[in-house]
Amino acid sequence: MTLARATSIILAKELRTEFRSRQLLGTTAVFVLIVIVLFSFTFNPTATESRRFGPGLLWLAFLFAGSLMLQSSFLREQTNDTLSALRLAPIEPFSIIAGKMAANFLFLMLVEVILLPVFAVLYNVAILPVLPQLFLVLSMGTIGLAATGTVFSAVAAQARLRELLLPLLLLPVLAPVLIASTEATIGVLQDPSELSLVWLTFLACFDVIFLTAAWMVGEYLLEE
Amino acid sequence: MSSETQTLQTLPTTRPAISVPSVLLMFLLLAAASYGALIWAPTERTMGIVQRIFYFHVASAWSGFVSFLMVFIGSVAYLRTRALKWDWLSVASAEVGVAFFTVVLVTGPIWAKPVWGIWWTWDARLTSSFLLWVLFVSYLVLRSLVEEPERRAMVSAVFGIFAALDIPLVYFSIWWFRTQHPQPVIGDGGKLDARMGWVLLLTWAATSGVMIVLIRLRYRLEALRAAVDAVRMESVRGR
Repeated sequence: MTLARATSIILAKELRTEFRSRQLLGTTAVFVLIVIVLFSFTFNPTATESRRFGPGLLWLAFLFAGSLMLQSSFLREQTNDTLSALRLAPIEPFSIIAGKMAANFLFLMLVEVILLPVFAVLYNVAILPVLPQLFLVLSMGTIGLAATGTVFSAVAAQARLRELLLPLLLLPVLAPVLIASTEATIGVLQDPSELSLVWLTFLACFDVIFLTAAWMVGEYLLEE
Repeated sequence: MSSETQTLQTLPTTRPAISVPSVLLMFLLLAAASYGALIWAPTERTMGIVQRIFYFHVASAWSGFVSFLMVFIGSVAYLRTRALKWDWLSVASAEVGVAFFTVVLVTGPIWAKPVWGIWWTWDARLTSSFLLWVLFVSYLVLRSLVEEPERRAMVSAVFGIFAALDIPLVYFSIWWFRTQHPQPVIGDGGKLDARMGWVLLLTWAATSGVMIVLIRLRYRLEALRAAVDAVRMESVRGR
């Protein structure tokens, strides 16, 4: 079975699991919403000021959400030891990681797309004219988040205190993504809007480096 | 019983981890570097006496970097060979690197307060050093939360590789980010007194010596731990 075929089967399984229970997405979306509302108390979220601070808060909220949401990616497999079953399947081990990565990417994107209009309304930011650029920045940042987050979810699942551990591992490593995505989003949202090639290239580098790293170490993570 | 004695014989206690001359050399280098940094080097014109902290500050940062590089090497080598000795090298280097960066982060503000008037500023170099320290503290936390040696070696090797790959990205992102903002002037680019250069080199040699000795000692401790665990397992099985 080819890598792409196996990956898409795992992806379909992940999506099916999630959309049958629908627990993860709803909870994460509410969490991001709470963070966005609470952030508004820390400064005056109006007009020009929010253009400057808003994107950073938004990305910080996404990062927090990701570090909580991605826990379940591998933890879920432990309850009935379904990871062993996946491991026994005659597929390339990386396809398990890749499938979960793709699923996590889609989940995170979905949460982000749901929350973006809410954020725009609450922080008085005009997103409609720059929607394609914003979408590009969102997806590139989220690839990095999903790639590292999925790998670290597998790492944290093997340790004690895993709920606390994943944010601890993930957030410092994601600092470059936070900076680059925030700066790119600020550029897109400012007037006149500007899509920063430097930060997009940087995000692309981050994504490529960590996707490659995940591909190279992925099989070790799944060993028993 | 025979296997137990065999394991005991392979314990690395029979030979010392570091020879006496190498430790003596390390202390000699440290003493010379301290003399050079605190007395022999000329006092910097504008910053005054506090600038003398610079030698150990910079040299510690270099040695810290080398230590973190060794975490990367150890992690890659462990995943390739599955020999636990590489994991011992990784944990030894990570702890020593964190110790060196702690020195950097403590001496930095001591230097900054009289020179800049503030303890800390979110300048590119400061921020990235801080983040680097946090990254490898996370690495050590991760290690403390996994019991089984093989599993710990594997997950920490993966995280060690990711953390090391993150270092250049952290530096570039913060550098691009911060250079868009005003920042305090670090050096005026004036000509360095030749003695200052020599002292920096000497201090670097000294911190490298400390680094090597500490990593070797820590490596040996880890090896002993593994040997003791092996003996314990052996006795449990024999019962």
